Amino acid sequence: MTPQSSFMVLAPIVPSREKELRALLASMNEGPGRVNATNALIPFAKFENLHFARLIILDDKTTGDVRVYGLHPKPYPLYLAFLGDMDGDENSFLEDLVKVAANGLRKIFSCCEKFGADTDILNWMKERRKPSIANYVNTRGRTVRRIREEATLYEVVESYIQKNSSLWNLAPREVHAKLKQFVDAEKASGRLTLSPARPTPFGWWIRNLLHLLGVPLLVLVLSPLLIVIAPFYIVRLRMLEKTDPEVCPTVDQGYGEELSGGEDHYVSNQFSAMGRVKPGLLRLLTAIGVLGAVDYAARHIVRPGRLGRIRTIHFARWVFLDGTKRMIFCSNYDGSVETYRDDFINKTGFGINATFGGAVGFPRTNWIVLDGCQDEPKYVEYHRRHTMPTQVWYKAYPGLTAVDLERNERIRKGLEISSLNNQEASEWLALL
Amino acid sequence: MAGVTMSEFDYTDVQGLVRFGYKKMTKASYALLRVKDAALARAWLRSAPVTSAVEVKPSPTTALQVALTAPGLEALAVAASVIAEFSHEFRGGMTEESRSRQLGDVEANAPEHWSWGGPARVPHLVVMFFGEPGPFETFVQTSKGPSWNDAFDTLACLDASDFGGVEAFGFADGISQPEIDWNQRLTVPRTQLDYSNIVALGEFLLGYRSEYGKYTDRPLLDDSAASADLPAAEDAPGKKDLGRNGTYLVFRQLQQDVRMFWQFALQQSGGDIPQAEKLASAMVGRMRSGDPLEPIQEQEIPGIHTTPGQKEQNRFTFDQDPAGSRCPFGAHVRRANPRNTDFPDRPRNVLTKLITMLGFGPKGLHDDLISSVRFHRIVRRGREYGTKLDLEQALAPAPARNLNPESGLHFICLNANILRQFEFLQNAWLNSTKFSGLTGESDPLLGNRVALPGCPVTSDFTMQNSGGLRRWVSGLPQFIKVRGGAYFFMPGIKALRYFGQTGSSTP
Repeated sequence: MTPQSSFMVLAPIVPSREKELRALLASMNEGPGRVNATNALIPFAKFENLHFARLIILDDKTTGDVRVYGLHPKPYPLYLAFLGDMDGDENSFLEDLVKVAANGLRKIFSCCEKFGADTDILNWMKERRKPSIANYVNTRGRTVRRIREEATLYEVVESYIQKNSSLWNLAPREVHAKLKQFVDAEKASGRLTLSPARPTPFGWWIRNLLHLLGVPLLVLVLSPLLIVIAPFYIVRLRMLEKTDPEVCPTVDQGYGEELSGGEDHYVSNQFSAMGRVKPGLLRLLTAIGVLGAVDYAARHIVRPGRLGRIRTIHFARWVFLDGTKRMIFCSNYDGSVETYRDDFINKTGFGINATFGGAVGFPRTNWIVLDGCQDEPKYVEYHRRHTMPTQVWYKAYPGLTAVDLERNERIRKGLEISSLNNQEASEWLALL
Repeated sequence: MAGVTMSEFDYTDVQGLVRFGYKKMTKASYALLRVKDAALARAWLRSAPVTSAVEVKPSPTTALQVALTAPGLEALAVAASVIAEFSHEFRGGMTEESRSRQLGDVEANAPEHWSWGGPARVPHLVVMFFGEPGPFETFVQTSKGPSWNDAFDTLACLDASDFGGVEAFGFADGISQPEIDWNQRLTVPRTQLDYSNIVALGEFLLGYRSEYGKYTDRPLLDDSAASADLPAAEDAPGKKDLGRNGTYLVFRQLQQDVRMFWQFALQQSGGDIPQAEKLASAMVGRMRSGDPLEPIQEQEIPGIHTTPGQKEQNRFTFDQDPAGSRCPFGAHVRRANPRNTDFPDRPRNVLTKLITMLGFGPKGLHDDLISSVRFHRIVRRGREYGTKLDLEQALAPAPARNLNPESGLHFICLNANILRQFEFLQNAWLNSTKFSGLTGESDPLLGNRVALPGCPVTSDFTMQNSGGLRRWVSGLPQFIKVRGGAYFFMPGIKALRYFGQTGSSTP
């Protein structure tokens, strides 16, 4: 199994170069929201292990919201974030990146602080890495290569069925047998490739095991302390939940339309949002605890392809910024922003409240998981106002949804079984 | 959650179309207007004989309804600060570039080709006339009054036709409608486990609680001489509610190529007419008679066939057809109303509910892919237009001289939240090539068949087949073309009078 990993490089932009940077990023697109996958600066399509990538100028329009706490908004620098999700480890990917796109990266990064003509790009990027506090991968081990091979398998099988109407009169088991026979022959002839999974890297396996055991152990060790703190925590939390101000004004019409301009060009979309963590230790610790739990669950517990009831997210991550003051959330999802938000509210409202309820202005939550985003009119504006336009967004398989990937995988797995009973065969045939 | 009001709802301030389809008034005409003289237009709005939703006996023989676009409010000199409190979708308009993409209004459907509603042809208001054939013409003339032509420029005057309860392709139409909970007797459930056809009043009228138990954003005004007659805001003490009793009206002119539809079905069925009808029914999801492809269920569905006037043909869900073998997943009626609930299975207790919530519920590929329908309902008030083509004519080879009379649907729907209701339906369900785990498809009737990056084909239609290979047809042409459209606000009657008064004065 080849595990997935992610990278994020974050650097402040030289203010006088912002305009130039924006133009450079725009030049990587065919039009708003539509990347040129073979653009001259970073030809994403050349990286055979890259699932998603984005370049985004982190321009948070809501920094003034902290005024509701009597705080003065800090003049944060404008950051450029370059992030992606890929198969294999982060370091090798960054090395590949420099090998393939050194000139383009140099052009882009030269608009950032502390990047000179003789800067070593790789080191510069590594020094500016920003790890996520929580990370979600739809299905661990599903590589770009496997996605492409299984997509081809699906197409080949579909076209075979289309050409062989005699299959329609056969019993499900026989159809399965015929298709298996056909696919095996295609594989044998080399016309179809379905590569076996690579062995899991030993180092990753060990780290994963340590994480699996270590986190509960840590919680266990800390539990006496947690139990003592709990009553105080709850009292204080409830007080904050009752008094924390909501900041959900209607989003500027022009801003909303700018965001829409970059959306719905494909069956999938990107989402990048930013906000400030509410002031105070309690909110910070809550955020760390909740996101730690999300990360742990995403890594070890959730069923592949399902983040709670949501089946449309390919990759997602939460990242702290400026210490732990601010947070960004980036995801890659299928469908439109309205279906995504609908899923948030109606399928995993509890999770959305827990992970974002600690952000300044979020609609009022109760007991961390209740209400909050269920205040739909407020949440819609909050959600939109905190969304940032993503300047460049790449997806390696633009026509495929996460459900498509799951379907293709189920088809392949069915073909690896030599014989199915009629019930199994019927269920398998329904995938086609 | 919602306050239980035992008093009967007061319909006097609501325009009648929200409550009635005016089916007995077989004549209808939609005047799409631009304001020529704001003062005269306002004067007309102040005195227009707008029909309310109050039930009167004997039933009236004529009705008049009025709705305005955002540019229309501007043209009437409604304060910009007031307009800014209407929804983003209404203000942006149907033809905003990104919205066109989301609605499928691209290529042949693009607003630049529209006969109205496109660039420079956006109406300011629509005046809808309904009537029985006898009094209709006179009613239209008297309602217009003497200053009509000085007040308005007529962009288009769309006449509806009466096809006798069927739409242009020949299928019974308008069967599925939500039942509005006018008296707000039902408390909105946090979680709905059984499909119900009764939907919260706030889904269709502004100023009331929605299915989320919340109030949709809308202009709330300070009490002043100008706003004195407006209803009070339920959720903001001391404020006047300009939105209350109003609704957003989505109008789309959809041209249906009837001959193309039936000829395609016939050709795919090898010239066999019963087979062609079967294919067409699968695409629609109902028989031509309106009978569903699913059996009518024994168990009652709240708000369906419980009172006279509600149709029994509507008493079904897709629960017993999880594989789509009776009614295909992609059938028009299944896309438009999946009749599902908040949870995919019916969790019997908190534990099973929790298991599902955490993602350990049903494992099937198609399970739980569709959003809960109760947040995405619309009231449809459309009417057919053009010349009806009988099935026999449609199936016969086209005559030598291309006599293909235009017909279609003046699609009208009402909702309190265009984004979450109409646009969601259109984008996530009807247009989506990935609806319910499908691929390569779009709505068999409405789809524009336009390719997306990585999805070269959107013109297939699949009929799932339990226990066997699916059957499918490929190369569905575009049967329906969008010819015009706009987003309107159909205000409460007091709000309409307010628009007639305000002028350039600030609120």
